[in-house]
Amino acid sequence: KMVTRAVAALSRFTIRARCILFAARSHVNCEIKGDVAVIRISDPNSKVNTLSLQMQKEMTEVMDEVWGNSAIKCVVMISSKPGCFIAGADINMIQACKSTEEVTRLSQEGQKIFEKIEKSPKPIVAAINGSCLGGGLEFAIACQYRVATKSKTTVLGTPEVMLGLLPGAGGTQRLPKMIGLPNAFDMMLTGRNIRADKAKKMGLVHQLVDTLGPGLKSPEERTIEYLEEVAIDCARGIVNKKLALTKEMNMMQKIQDHVMSYSFVQNRIYSTVEKKVLKQTKGLYPAPMKIIECVKAGMEQGPDAGYLAESQNFGKLAMTPESKALVGLYHGQVACKKNRFGVPEKEVKTLAILGAGLIGAGIAQVTVEKSINTILKDITEEALNQGQHQVYKGLNDKTKKKSITSFERDSILSNLTGQLDYSGFEKADMVIEAVFEDLAIKHKVLKEVEAVIPPNCVFASNTAALAIKDIAAASKRPEKVVGMHYFSPVDKMQLLEIITTDKTSKDTTASAVALGLKQGKVVIVVGDGPGFYTTRCLAPMLAEAVRVLQEGVDPKKLDSLTTGFGFPVGAATLADKLGIDVAAHMAENLGKAFGSRFGGGNLELLKTMVAKGFKGRKSGKGFYVYQSGLKDINPELKEIVESYNMMPTPAVSSDSDVQYRLISRFVNEAVLCLQEGILTNPVEGDIGAVFGLGFPPFLGGPFRFVDNFGADKLVEKMKTFEEVFGNQFTPCQLLLDHAKDPSRKFHRLIH
Amino acid sequence: MKKQMGRSWAALMTLFLKSKSKKTLSKTGVKNIVLVDGVRTPFLQSGTTYADLMPHDLARTALQGLLNRTGIPKDAVDYIIYGTVIQEVKTSNVAREAALGAGFSDRIPAHTVTMACISSNQAMTTAVGMIAAGQCDAVVAGGVEFMSDVPIRHSRKMRKTMLSLNKAKTLGARLALLGSIRPAHLAPELPAVAEFSTEETMGHSADRLAAAFGVSRREQDEYALRSHSLAKRAQDEGLLSDVVGFKVPGKDIVSKDNGIRPSSMEQMAKLKPAFVKPHGTVTAANSSYLTDGASAVLIMSEEKALALGYKPKAYLRDFVYVSQDPKDQLLLGPSYATPKVLERSGLKLADIDVFEFHEAFAGQILSNLKAMDSDWFAKTYMGRTSKVGSPPLDKFNLWGGSLSLGHPFGATGCRLVTTVAHRLKKEGGQYGLVAACAAGGQGHAMVIEAYPQ
Repeated sequence: KMVTRAVAALSRFTIRARCILFAARSHVNCEIKGDVAVIRISDPNSKVNTLSLQMQKEMTEVMDEVWGNSAIKCVVMISSKPGCFIAGADINMIQACKSTEEVTRLSQEGQKIFEKIEKSPKPIVAAINGSCLGGGLEFAIACQYRVATKSKTTVLGTPEVMLGLLPGAGGTQRLPKMIGLPNAFDMMLTGRNIRADKAKKMGLVHQLVDTLGPGLKSPEERTIEYLEEVAIDCARGIVNKKLALTKEMNMMQKIQDHVMSYSFVQNRIYSTVEKKVLKQTKGLYPAPMKIIECVKAGMEQGPDAGYLAESQNFGKLAMTPESKALVGLYHGQVACKKNRFGVPEKEVKTLAILGAGLIGAGIAQVTVEKSINTILKDITEEALNQGQHQVYKGLNDKTKKKSITSFERDSILSNLTGQLDYSGFEKADMVIEAVFEDLAIKHKVLKEVEAVIPPNCVFASNTAALAIKDIAAASKRPEKVVGMHYFSPVDKMQLLEIITTDKTSKDTTASAVALGLKQGKVVIVVGDGPGFYTTRCLAPMLAEAVRVLQEGVDPKKLDSLTTGFGFPVGAATLADKLGIDVAAHMAENLGKAFGSRFGGGNLELLKTMVAKGFKGRKSGKGFYVYQSGLKDINPELKEIVESYNMMPTPAVSSDSDVQYRLISRFVNEAVLCLQEGILTNPVEGDIGAVFGLGFPPFLGGPFRFVDNFGADKLVEKMKTFEEVFGNQFTPCQLLLDHAKDPSRKFHRLIH
Repeated sequence: MKKQMGRSWAALMTLFLKSKSKKTLSKTGVKNIVLVDGVRTPFLQSGTTYADLMPHDLARTALQGLLNRTGIPKDAVDYIIYGTVIQEVKTSNVAREAALGAGFSDRIPAHTVTMACISSNQAMTTAVGMIAAGQCDAVVAGGVEFMSDVPIRHSRKMRKTMLSLNKAKTLGARLALLGSIRPAHLAPELPAVAEFSTEETMGHSADRLAAAFGVSRREQDEYALRSHSLAKRAQDEGLLSDVVGFKVPGKDIVSKDNGIRPSSMEQMAKLKPAFVKPHGTVTAANSSYLTDGASAVLIMSEEKALALGYKPKAYLRDFVYVSQDPKDQLLLGPSYATPKVLERSGLKLADIDVFEFHEAFAGQILSNLKAMDSDWFAKTYMGRTSKVGSPPLDKFNLWGGSLSLGHPFGATGCRLVTTVAHRLKKEGGQYGLVAACAAGGQGHAMVIEAYPQ
């Protein structure tokens, strides 16, 4: 016994000793190959590299050694992680800061490091494979030369704006000089990822390296080695002056550069970009304007002013509620990309979809793309044909955009089988029905399907409003029944809402989540009940929107009020997109379930519209008329609305009042869902509202909104509305609890 | 004393022969199929002396050469099969057009096959299949490629307009169609040596392959130089006896391959990479070049050959076709095919006396040699327990290869098989192995056994 204990102690000791040895430098490693220093980056604690404090510290040390070693003539900077160069700054590092000044200091430290890199007397070649984003990109563009692999995972970008921030380590200053104002603004204001070939064309990288297939090592490993070899040759080429650092420009680029050097041209660009930003953000997002401000400062007043503006604005932005909300969403999204129900017993290899309508075909598309055998079944050849065409078109559009080759398109499509019967269902691992929203029809198909599927097959129902337990009532095996609520268009909308009943087994849920994640969805899992979570939040807001219309506000005004609050799509347009018939159906069902709380607007208004054939976008007429790409208010709408006319109460009818009437009903219902246990946590509530319903992202979702806005202030507003309209505005208990105790927050407080 | 040494040498040789895994690959109940003889036109760089011909002219010359060489009666052949890659649209069944012109009986059916660079291998194995099945006794197989002229088409838009023009009934309709022609209609469509599925050119893929296997530029240049030097020596020593002279109408008699050009390492090092720029390693000098040429072989059942009084050159034994990922393993066919065909025939790599591999690129050959020598590759990608081993270079492509002799896509396979037969005879070996890669990520290998002297 003594011996074993001693051995254990000894081994513990050696492990610790080893740790200490390695702790000296765990993130950055430097190998000297003749006259070249190859600096390899790899964060041992994460799948991706971030510019954490540790990384920066070690990098500074290593660079000081390199600069001090006269045998070294040049440097190659490379990541030893496949699929990631540097994914950005460490968000937690920024979140840990308590003041604007603290963040500004962080930015200035980053600027200083990169300035030293930029002014390095020994040329530094950044060898990029995988994501090179945010701070990673700023690092790369401070280097003298960039080589990137053509891998699909290699993307360059400045996504800071999506977190309500700006590139705070020299990006706003270096990018415009490197790729010109228009391209720099495009990158920094949209945050979009640039693929390697495009980056080369833009002048963001100098040379591209092919990805390699199998050789004497794995493709990933050998590709990185090859990239390193090429980068070393480049570094030596720069030292020997065989490789020019100035980019080759064709005539057009030279002319463009010349034109851009005129200040009146630059001013014209600034004002155009500012206008565009204001139009798109409605002034609700501060980061884009600050980015423009920093670029301007650098171009007009020189680098010192530019870098100062950048670090100060970075500090300011990091402290804004908008940025905190967006960062919260980012974390939420990461959380909703994980399967908290574990690995399902059986992976879905064959999926059958019933109903080849918009949603069914959309589900088929995102499924075949992941090489899963997919059966698409409908009852008429016409519907099937249309569904199959939709899948083809979705993929063909990608071919046109060159994100996949025509060969890849064909081979993806070979996973799809369109049919009118149940053949092959005996091999299905999961069936998703997307048939008409009618309980009787759903029961009929459930019974038909259960007669032909194997015992372990999951039956998922795609419904926006019917309770899953009601559908499962017809099932022989309710533990295998689950709800999977997709959003249209399925290939564009990121959210999937999964609904479980008391009887749904954990493995069934795990299986549904796993499929959703494979399809690339952000997944929330909610409890069963009328409208689940998303539809239930949307319904009262739409009911309020109808009332607002009845009060004489026209659809355009209603839309501008909702988009002005930050929704990407106005309420009237949203209803048209959803389908007026669907909206009416939903309102009626939920109205029955929840009673007068879901009232407000007159349901008959929608029904009259449906009766007249105004079913929204799909029928060409709804609140708007859709003709050859244009939309205008439906001229026949006025008459209908007038027959349901209501007198507005001036005290609660200002523009701002209308906005809060709409938003408070949404938010209150969301909080009630958490109170009732439909939602497991506020994170999923925020993600569902933003990604499924377009809740203003800068507000971070209904729960983040309550935290930031103040539950007390919201309750106060609702009480004013309650006096006029009644129980539709009665705050739920959980909201009242939060109002009473300001220290209660849905999200952990971040400084 | 001398006599004794001679005797012990013979004893050693018999011992050596006995050390083969198998005495012969003859199987009971399976017909012996033999190569009676094989010929080819000189392989010329495209755009040179053959420039004004058509593909069937070359194929016809090879067929006539075979007739002359073998003296076979023009109606003693049961079937003719040709392989080709880029088809002349006017002679899409080039086998038939060539056979008619070569003077074969018009009663002999002929068809054309295509399988990229292993098209004539496919022609030969189709013949083997027909004989094995008892449907034929004597078949001519061959291959042809003519790169001096390739079908360059009108654009799809233009073709569509022209086809509609045919159907237009009125003058007005015709004028309207003609009026719809825009400059974009006039851009022609060129054929490319690129994969349809991946849109990658073969040279680009070869460069990536060489990089994946860590084959250096120097190694590739050295290998290419070896190929040209060996080809030059074989040509000078008169070993390339499969070549038949060709009196090109209106031009001189061609009797030699014209792409053999042994250079120096210094000269080769000056070339810039041809596909992956600027850091690639595949250059014009270490790649096979565009070539015009045709080949033909006479294949028979052993009984038939003996009945007609022939002394066959070799037995055509086991063969395999393989295919793999056309993107990253496009040119690795030989690595996959070699162990498979050896396994099929019950031989080991050491049993093979003569190797003839198609040389698409020096980098491709060297990558294949490395892949065959790697246990890791065999286990990870081929599902094998261990490597097959790399063929020793002193048995490998000793009379040059596609890099130096040229590579008329459709015709190379027959050249490889005939060369193995000739080398077995010259070098006194028993077993030979042919292997080749082809576009589409396909590959082929065949074991050939010397006909007993």
